[in-house]
Amino acid sequence: MNVMQLKPSDFETDQEVRWCPGCGDYAILKVVKSVLADIGRSPDEIVFVAGIGCAARFPYYLSTYGFHTIHGRAAAVATGVKLANPNLDVWVVGGDGDFLSIGGNHTLHALRRNIDLNLLLFNNAIYGLTKGQYSPTSPVGTRSPSTPNGSVEQPVNAARFALGAGAKFVARGADTLQTHLPEVLKRAHGYKGASFVEILQNCIVYHDGAFGAINDRSKSQNVTVRLEHGKPMVFGKDNDKGLVFNEQTGAFEVAEIASLNSDAEVAVHEETNIDHAFALAQLEQPGFPVPLGVIYAEETPHFTEARGFTGTKGDWDRETLKAIL
Amino acid sequence: MADTAVVSDAPDSARTPPLVVRFAGDSGDGIQLAGSEFAKSTADAKSDFMTFPDYPAEIRAPAGTLFGVSAYQIQFASDEVLTPGDKADVLVAFNPAALTTNLQHLKPGGLLIADETHFDARGLKKAKLEANPLEDGTLDAFQVITADVVKRTIEALAPLELGRKQATRAKNFWVLGLVYWLFGRPLSTTEDWLNSKFRKTPEVADANIMAMKAGHAYGETVELSAIRDFAEPRIAKHKAASRIISGTQAMAYGIAAISALGKRDVVYCSYPITPASVLLHALARFDAGIRTFQAEDEIAAVSAALGASYAGSIGITASSGPGLSLKTEAIGLGVAVELPLIVIDVQRGGPSTGMPTKPEQSDLTMAIYGRHGEAPLPVLAPATPDECFWIMIEAARTAIQTMSPVIVLSDAYLANAASDWELPDIDAIPDIDWPEHKANGEDFEPFSRDPETLARPWVAPGTPGHAHRIGGIEKSSGSGHISYDPDNHQEMTRLRAEKIRRLADRWSEVKLEDGPDDGDLLVIGWGSTYGAIAQAVKELNADGKRISHLHLRHLNPLPRGVKELLERFPRAVTAELNTGQLCSILRSEFLKPVECISQVTGQPFHVSDLKEEFVKRSEASQS
Repeated sequence: MNVMQLKPSDFETDQEVRWCPGCGDYAILKVVKSVLADIGRSPDEIVFVAGIGCAARFPYYLSTYGFHTIHGRAAAVATGVKLANPNLDVWVVGGDGDFLSIGGNHTLHALRRNIDLNLLLFNNAIYGLTKGQYSPTSPVGTRSPSTPNGSVEQPVNAARFALGAGAKFVARGADTLQTHLPEVLKRAHGYKGASFVEILQNCIVYHDGAFGAINDRSKSQNVTVRLEHGKPMVFGKDNDKGLVFNEQTGAFEVAEIASLNSDAEVAVHEETNIDHAFALAQLEQPGFPVPLGVIYAEETPHFTEARGFTGTKGDWDRETLKAIL
Repeated sequence: MADTAVVSDAPDSARTPPLVVRFAGDSGDGIQLAGSEFAKSTADAKSDFMTFPDYPAEIRAPAGTLFGVSAYQIQFASDEVLTPGDKADVLVAFNPAALTTNLQHLKPGGLLIADETHFDARGLKKAKLEANPLEDGTLDAFQVITADVVKRTIEALAPLELGRKQATRAKNFWVLGLVYWLFGRPLSTTEDWLNSKFRKTPEVADANIMAMKAGHAYGETVELSAIRDFAEPRIAKHKAASRIISGTQAMAYGIAAISALGKRDVVYCSYPITPASVLLHALARFDAGIRTFQAEDEIAAVSAALGASYAGSIGITASSGPGLSLKTEAIGLGVAVELPLIVIDVQRGGPSTGMPTKPEQSDLTMAIYGRHGEAPLPVLAPATPDECFWIMIEAARTAIQTMSPVIVLSDAYLANAASDWELPDIDAIPDIDWPEHKANGEDFEPFSRDPETLARPWVAPGTPGHAHRIGGIEKSSGSGHISYDPDNHQEMTRLRAEKIRRLADRWSEVKLEDGPDDGDLLVIGWGSTYGAIAQAVKELNADGKRISHLHLRHLNPLPRGVKELLERFPRAVTAELNTGQLCSILRSEFLKPVECISQVTGQPFHVSDLKEEFVKRSEASQS
């Protein structure tokens, strides 16, 4: 791969961006452009595939190759792109409807097969494009046009779903965390296999403030824990709190660092520890800080590599065919 | 019943080729294996033939039950053979259930070979029989050979000291040996195959060969002179190298040809479904050239195939009716973004799960019309196993030249029917060309069009300087930008339809398969009914009738010349394994009173039934 000198503006298209003013998608688009510029891969070798929804308009706003497909099927289409040409850098963008409702099956299988895709789930816990119905990630009690008395369904936890599906790279970021999110996306891009990133994204029109203080830059430190491999999991305004792993329950607990006998009691984040990954993915507000960063990452051969697919050209010719017949 | 051959004194009618043999027994009896070995030996005898496996959907139904019966039919002759035959000259029945369900397929005066082992109280009860048909006069109109096949097989294998159960497994080869004796066939073809198949377990090969020889010797020993009149038809029809091929195998080779002639790997994505899965199995054996992908569902299969096409390969997906229903939205996306894609539908009896192993041609209108919005696409249908090879190459060329999904309609009969196949001259097949686009990055417009074909340029990701975006939202003609402009949508809809319609200009005009240009009746068929219609028309015209046969391989758009034929003939009738789908298309397209001969029994047409219908209609049109 040739690394090119690129600027975020090199990824702009002539299309007018049509999201609502104040939509979290703008912030994500900005981050993605700067990450792509930093990665330095030619826009001609990058493909963005999307399904249907607000997030799925993403490909129109990037000067890479782009395919705006049908609802829920982006991961399946992107899988086909990789089968045909594993050399391409393929990103899949979708919302909670695309990834976890109509297309939940394809998310599951793209992850389990470990197709070399960067899967970005823009989770706003609502259906925006169809005007505000509750989504599979909406909390219990969400009032929406289709649940006027509040939803009763248990929401799906995207990171836990991904880990359950057998994903080998699971991370989480938030739209407004403009210094944190780029690092998460670069890690995701660097991972060879299916990298799953949940981006908590605010829908200003239908679900404003859905993630509370998480994506409020001034308060985020109190309600999130930033994961760094090999570093203790501390959080709070002055890093005064930490996560302690209870071996008996297999769960993390929150502790005031001052009350601990030793700083060593704070758990150190190990990206390759699947038990910790499940326990981290479990942590939700209120009561626990929401883990942001790379929750789990384990190197393993990805699909097209394991199948031995390379390039686009075929090796067969008439003589091959005669031999087959 | 005495354990001797019983030859009834039914009239020993003069037998002339073609001959039809039908094997029937439990799914676990090795019926398909015995049948396909018989077919190989037929090919070695230089006879032309066609086979039809007629098996149940159940994986392995309880032994001896009516619904567990599996059958295999083969017709062979010195002349060209177009169908597996209507009724059998020889029926082999391994148990009462097989006899009960298959006796209807035996010609009057035909020969029944029955394994009497299971014609006891228990076996009869499983077949829901009150009395033993071997004894109650049911078979008076037939010639009958009975033998205690299981006992004789066990006796024959006694020197090998196998267990009873293991020895019994060879009973299909015992019967095959007897049938070989009947037709004066050498045992060598099957012997060679067994030795090679069970190279690592020679004791299995030995047991089966020993059983086959015992069956053969049984025919020799027992007095069967009244029956030994099956003159083997021997004429070398094919000069070139040939092999036995089913429609599915031919399709697999056709897909391999796409890879070889296009010099680019094909991406084949599918989800298992009867009767299309066999194609996935056939292709998965290739470790290069064809990239197979077993998707999580039908939608993922077509979506991945479309993604592969987007990335510059030919994406192919195959399914049967229920799967095609699920794929329709993604096929519509293919129409909207104008990408090549091949969708194979191996049709089966519907609706819903219907009859998964039985043929029907009832997906025609779904293939042509079954998408939301105005979404026309080419629909092709091979008529014979041989054409299954060629149609895949044509489908690839058509998909590329029109930048459109193409649907290929096969069916459960065509997929499984096997016949002798003359190997094609590979050097004579032109390359599959990948279009080159000349516009440079600045001038490149993804929805500009070739003035002749109206196809848009196919520019895959990775092409330098051409990065662009496509999608299911309506696109501005030329630039491809999102457009909700009313006039643009009108124009794009017209262009997408005109692009498909223009295929008819490039296809050659239809020609009659058989019969006079000014006959009394025009019979129109499509797909796998070719053999039965062709045979019926051939036989009738030899008797002085004036019936003509038109067979369509192109269902959408309709090729040139159909209208003229409909105008020329006093009467036209389609023969279809549905309730008249092509018929109503022809009526609405040409405003002609086309009639329909419809059959939806899950079985292919019988030549005799078609002859009767054709005569009736041609006589009515004369009066």
